Amino acid sequence: MKQLLKIFFNGIVKENPVLIMMIGLCPFLACSTTANDAIGMGIAATFVLTCSNVIISLIRKIIPHNIRIPVFIVVIATFTTVVDYLIKAYFPALSESLGVFIPLIVVNCIILARAEAFASKNNVFYSLIDGIGMGAGFFVAIVILGIIREFLGSGTIFGSKEMLQVPAVIMILPPGGFLAAGVVITVVKYIENKIVRRTKVLSNLPSACEGCKLKSQCIQEKIV
Amino acid sequence: MNNLMAILVMSIFVNNIILMRFIGLCSFFGVSNKLSSALGMSAAVFFVMNLAAVVSWILYNFVLVPLQLQFLKIIVFILVIASLVQLVELFLRKNMPGLFKALGIYLPLITTNCAILAVAFLIVDYQYNLLQTLIFATGTALGYTIAIILFSSIRERLELAPLPNAVKGYGIVFITAALMSLSFMGLIGLFGF
Repeated sequence: MKQLLKIFFNGIVKENPVLIMMIGLCPFLACSTTANDAIGMGIAATFVLTCSNVIISLIRKIIPHNIRIPVFIVVIATFTTVVDYLIKAYFPALSESLGVFIPLIVVNCIILARAEAFASKNNVFYSLIDGIGMGAGFFVAIVILGIIREFLGSGTIFGSKEMLQVPAVIMILPPGGFLAAGVVITVVKYIENKIVRRTKVLSNLPSACEGCKLKSQCIQEKIV
Repeated sequence: MNNLMAILVMSIFVNNIILMRFIGLCSFFGVSNKLSSALGMSAAVFFVMNLAAVVSWILYNFVLVPLQLQFLKIIVFILVIASLVQLVELFLRKNMPGLFKALGIYLPLITTNCAILAVAFLIVDYQYNLLQTLIFATGTALGYTIAIILFSSIRERLELAPLPNAVKGYGIVFITAALMSLSFMGLIGLFGF
């Protein structure tokens, strides 16, 4: 159970595909103009990722090593086709606004990366959890960006009524996408630096420092 | 003629594949840290994009449409591109070893470059004919080249800039891309397109 939780949260926090590993950036920026688009893209990518992880893990022992990449790509392309037609049939508006990015899920680096790094080496159940966890990490990142961009750019949240009097339209245009993503990534890196450094520096302090009132001063100095 | 000119200008500047459409970002951020690698990548993209666009246009219009197998286009296109890259690699290694050496590692990386696949889908969406397809692919590859070369030149300078720790690396790279994208937006309406 502990192992499963570890795999699941690995995808959301420690190895978040977009914010930490910097892969799968195209849909992250292009499909986050509104929160609804972001949710649609997040779910579509998670579905493909989870299904392909499961199938690849099932057939991992019969794939010849030399042609594994073409086999992975065919599996991923099959599920992408399924998603493409499902969205076209049930959510035509979403299909219109995501456009070419639904078929482009097939070259989303996250999916191929997880197939190669995880699903081809682990059992079906772990691969399923890994797919859901990684998908959730992507989902969280893209929805955060979608909410920020929709709120600043058109003053709404999930298509509600306008809350800003003068929205900054640039945020829903391409430059705003880069800018918002840059700020989000900077914030994540800032928090990451804080956590990583504090734990590292704390453990470097001699044990005599425990209980010292000026301990925080020493940490501060070392951080700078 | 006017129409072809419009396609060329649109695909290079107004709808620049990286800065306005957000396609091909992985390679854009991945190989733009040095000018030499940006040049190698864009040469490989130029080469394969034209070839892939023409081959997938022919396959789609003469094989998939007559057989009513359009729903297989995702699988067919990705396989075409993957095998085309292999073929080009073999051909270059045998006949033009100089060029093969220059393209080096960038050729196999192209398979997962979404710009190539996106062009194949876009020509189907726009229902271009063969000549328009060729112009569109050339223009898109030129747009890719311009964006990535400009960006890598800026990034080489950024390495030396004194920055706060958290902004270093990808933070400043994205913000630089935002400014570049903003300047490309100024090209909307170029030559009346």
